[in-house]
Amino acid sequence: MIENQIDVTLESLVGEVSKMKSDGQRMVTFSCTNIGDGKADIIYHFDKNEVLTNLRLTVDMDKPVPSISGVYFAALLIENEIQDQFDIKFEGLVLDFGRKLYLDDEVTIIPMCNNTKAMKPKK
Amino acid sequence: MLNMTPTVLKNLLSKSSTRMYPIEKREPFERYRGELFNNIDECIFCKKCQMKCPSQCITVTKDKDSGTGTWICDPFACIYCSICVDHCPTGSLYMKPVHRAPSAERDMMEQTGKIKPPKKKAKAKK
Amino acid sequence: MARTIIPFGPQHPVLPEPLHVKLVVEDEIVQEAIPALGYVHRGLEKLAEIRDYHQMIQVVERVCGICSNIHSMCYCQGIEEIMGIEVPRRAEYLRTIWSELHRMHSHLLWLGLFADAFGFEALFMQFWRIRERIMDINEATTGSRVITSVNVVGGVRQDLTPEMCSWILSEVDTAVKEIKEIQNTILSDYTVCARTKGVGVLTKEQAYDFGAAGPTLRGSGVASDMRLLKYAAFDKIDFEPIVEPDGDCYARSTVRFRETLQSADLVKQAIAGLPQGDIAAPCKGNPEGEIITRVEQPRGECLYYIKGSGKKFLDRVRIRTPTFANIPPLLAMLPNCELADVPVIILSIDPCISCTER
Repeated sequence: MIENQIDVTLESLVGEVSKMKSDGQRMVTFSCTNIGDGKADIIYHFDKNEVLTNLRLTVDMDKPVPSISGVYFAALLIENEIQDQFDIKFEGLVLDFGRKLYLDDEVTIIPMCNNTKAMKPKK
Repeated sequence: MLNMTPTVLKNLLSKSSTRMYPIEKREPFERYRGELFNNIDECIFCKKCQMKCPSQCITVTKDKDSGTGTWICDPFACIYCSICVDHCPTGSLYMKPVHRAPSAERDMMEQTGKIKPPKKKAKAKK
Repeated sequence: MARTIIPFGPQHPVLPEPLHVKLVVEDEIVQEAIPALGYVHRGLEKLAEIRDYHQMIQVVERVCGICSNIHSMCYCQGIEEIMGIEVPRRAEYLRTIWSELHRMHSHLLWLGLFADAFGFEALFMQFWRIRERIMDINEATTGSRVITSVNVVGGVRQDLTPEMCSWILSEVDTAVKEIKEIQNTILSDYTVCARTKGVGVLTKEQAYDFGAAGPTLRGSGVASDMRLLKYAAFDKIDFEPIVEPDGDCYARSTVRFRETLQSADLVKQAIAGLPQGDIAAPCKGNPEGEIITRVEQPRGECLYYIKGSGKKFLDRVRIRTPTFANIPPLLAMLPNCELADVPVIILSIDPCISCTER
């Protein structure tokens, strides 16, 4: 269902992203999804002339992912957000908020990863 | 220079754009979603509104022993989207175009009504 | 002179919402700016786990307090595309009308706030008075001023009667007339130009590199507008993105000002072409698959990534709001500006912090 999709690996990620940059693509955002078994999908969206190109990266949540904030500075907020919500570490972040971009110090559970549906509908 | 002067003069000579609110009120628009009500006599306690409500502010309970049902809505959690009104099978839920008056304390809308026997069964008995 | 760190926000007279920026200042000139977010984070994406995909419409509408209708439209478009629902043409036109009305009132709100940021209170009041007309249209046609709740999966919930259409046309015409009366003040007044021209310059290359979106990007000379994707009724509507080349605060305010008038024109075009027919298609089953949809919001491009697995609850709803993309460009605009210009520059990206943090 997602058009223009390219699969990348941890090793080829930064190279592919640099290629995107030299191609004149604008970074839109990335989307991270927990797909179970301690794995997550990160989809990098790039835009050029209203056409999206997507790089799909499947990662183990406990292994650090190379940061692309060196290539696209704007990636730093998104990487910090994923760090907050999924506890995936990014290596070489330009500005690391250390899991405190949105969350407070006292928050210990990782919001998007605890698979227990903790909240019950209000009575 | 003096770009704003015509507007200022116009405003000086025309009447105020605001209303003296509590004394003078505008007629509400017909479609305005002001407040949710339930016509309890028509309600069949089917729980559809409870299931569809995005803010989960409606609770419907049935008491089979006494033959009554209760419809409770928390007006402070209600988001006035009128999704429940759209899905109500009997049309007992409706909205009035006047918004709720401010309240000093939290109160729940609680209504109790008789459970009517389902129509099919009523026919079968006859 | 020694460097001083001045905290800007989260509570500041020009900011309606809590954004915190640490400004490293030397001789009243900003050297560096470090943002801090997290004051209004609500975790709305997480709610997808306990609200089914119909109820999520009401949740995503509350992502933003200004462009709520366009959020739900984007979300519904995504779900419809996954499930293969054909939306009736009339519903698409109605969505276009409401989304353009939303853009108008959002831009009028911003123009007012922008005037307020450089201390022009009278102009602020003028814009907000005009905005009330659009708010009244929203209230009368949808039932609510901002959170319209008109979009459902498959179409819309409310219809426009012919009387309403002619009333909208006359109200929009009056609003356009009133906006044009104060055009000279916002675009060519000496004091306004002195505060905005050449302030917070973002070059075309910078805007592209830092991933700016919407009027911030178009104000720097890049013709990028998601309405060119021809969603809803934009395939039949005459539309050209508005671009200004300068990249300063003045260019961004001009883009928004001209877009307000353009939106009025788009509303008129959509009403003129409004076809007859159903306003909603039936929706059965649960979404399965993943989709990326994009729409143009008043603040810029908004991206939704939706993943469903055939269950009532969606696996993931990822919302990329325009302000989130506009914060890195803001960090590029702030260095080397004067401390007194900081509120104007921050306002010039039209920050919506509740959008950003969701």
